[in-house]
Amino acid sequence: MFQLVLFFVFGTIAVAAAVNLLAQRHPINSALSLIVVMACLATLFLLIGAEFLAAIQVIVYAGAIMVLFVFVIMLLNAGEEERTPGSRVARLLGFPAVVLLAGLVAWTLLARNPHPVPVELTGRFVGSPSAIAQLLFRDFLLPFEVTSVLILIAIMGAVVLASPAGTATGPGSPAEPPAKREV
Amino acid sequence: MVPISYYLVLSAILFALGVVGFLIKRNLITLFMSIELMLNAVNLAFVAFAWQWKSLNGQVFVFFVMVVAAAEAAVGLAIIIAVFRTRETLNVDRVNLLKL
Amino acid sequence: MLTITTFIVVSVIKIVIALVVLLTAVAYSTWLERKVVGHIQNRWGPKRVGPFGLLQPLADGAKFIFKEDLTPPYVYKPLYLAAPILSLVLALTSISLVPIGNWVTVDGVRTPLEITDVNIGLLIMLGITSLSVYGVALAGWSSNSKYSLLGSLRASAQMVSYEIALGLSLVGVLIMSGSLNLREIVDMQSGHVWAWIPRWNIFRWPTQIVAFFVYLAAAFAETNRVPFDLPEAETELVAGYHTEYSSMKFAMFFMAEYANMITVASIATLLFLGGWHGPLFGPWWLQDLLPVFWFALKVFGFIFLYIWIRGTLPRFRYDQLMAFGWKVLFPIAVANVLVTSLIVALQK
Repeated sequence: MFQLVLFFVFGTIAVAAAVNLLAQRHPINSALSLIVVMACLATLFLLIGAEFLAAIQVIVYAGAIMVLFVFVIMLLNAGEEERTPGSRVARLLGFPAVVLLAGLVAWTLLARNPHPVPVELTGRFVGSPSAIAQLLFRDFLLPFEVTSVLILIAIMGAVVLASPAGTATGPGSPAEPPAKREV
Repeated sequence: MVPISYYLVLSAILFALGVVGFLIKRNLITLFMSIELMLNAVNLAFVAFAWQWKSLNGQVFVFFVMVVAAAEAAVGLAIIIAVFRTRETLNVDRVNLLKL
Repeated sequence: MLTITTFIVVSVIKIVIALVVLLTAVAYSTWLERKVVGHIQNRWGPKRVGPFGLLQPLADGAKFIFKEDLTPPYVYKPLYLAAPILSLVLALTSISLVPIGNWVTVDGVRTPLEITDVNIGLLIMLGITSLSVYGVALAGWSSNSKYSLLGSLRASAQMVSYEIALGLSLVGVLIMSGSLNLREIVDMQSGHVWAWIPRWNIFRWPTQIVAFFVYLAAAFAETNRVPFDLPEAETELVAGYHTEYSSMKFAMFFMAEYANMITVASIATLLFLGGWHGPLFGPWWLQDLLPVFWFALKVFGFIFLYIWIRGTLPRFRYDQLMAFGWKVLFPIAVANVLVTSLIVALQK
């Protein structure tokens, strides 16, 4: 009973924040709404018994990836979104599209799931760090090592792309834009 | 107790909001954030199914999804910075020509 | 076992006590800082308001309340108002995971001396530390001023970089303790080796003393204290990310900084210095209070170390700071993890 209340509270906050992400015009407000969604999802993970994942969601997603987003929004300082004619059409079609798509995905997930198991917290199934570590470092060792190479590639790519001198501008490009207020 | 289908419906709603956000928003960074919202919705579905089948493989897969999302966010934001440097705008409707 | 109402009542009492104690500790660590830095610089520090200047924090609090709360017209109001609240709330939340003593029995109710006992307590502390970057980043950006933006970008980049060294330096202790639960980590440090050296994690093997110093340096950088306080240095950036803040909102940042110091000192005490273990003697009520006293003494030692270093060292330049975090602390922390896991694996 108590878990049902908690699920509805955090689920409603998550959906409201996701709708707010779409409704806001300034990207910084959308970023903060996304952080709220991630925090609500972290508590929902706790309700399903994935405690390690809840902590990792807060540390990695809300505490590192979204910081990256907030940094870029702060640095570029592009301001609010304009209303071009394309965006007006897009918003009119947006709301029925959400309902349609959500219904389709939900029906697909539920129809193939004939014996759903209710979530109760009296079981012993808890995603504790030691249990996940057993899987991660034994059965999934190769993907683990591959992801470390992937992160290395991402770091190198990000450094090359974001460095100011000699990015993909060729000899026929227009004049460089005036110096930005880089820090 | 909460039936597992409630979590799946919530995941579907968040995923649909992410897809529609990707299609209707015009700011590059907000587009990218809608992609992150989709990934989060998928994470929730994974964890729900991990509970249902009592297998921790679902949770390990969420771990990998998060790592890939981190790598993708880093590279994607670097691309957005590079685009902003040349086009001086983050509006998707205005970056629709290959040559300025 | 506790019934649900007893549990709620006991938790509320613990929360109130913890908040009151923490806020008083924050206020008096400002007094301690001014006194100690004053004496290091061969002057007295506050000595007029009350004996030894002990009522100075009260005077400061009254000043903050009566000061004009100016909101400049060019700021981005929602985030400008939310940022100090976020900083303070996150700084005060992390105290709920810190255990300060053994289980006590009051009126027949047996309860541990912490607000919550979470199995992944240390991870949640690290998560709260990661989230406190937002208070700094949003404060600087919403102030719409160049000093604030520069200060906040530097502060956020510094905090994010040193979080890695902070987390990795704790992994050595975690490998040896085998648990993320703060109470279990402390319980493994009870007892003595060779009858008088306490079995604290800092004395264990060659690696943990290195991890302790890496943690100390990373903690200084996380809380934006000297020698890593360039983002809020008065002589360089006016006041960094809290330039445009006045009165109560500035006081919130101030309190958040000292509360973060106390949190970081508590984690260091719990993981490296054996938490609340110390000589126990006397009647039963003394035996319940003494662990709390030892814990408070160790945390006080840390805060004193923080203030001592503040009075002694000059500050790093920003590029030196970032180079130190990435090129020195991070490899040392990774090497510490490798050596510790080798030692533990060979012992099994």
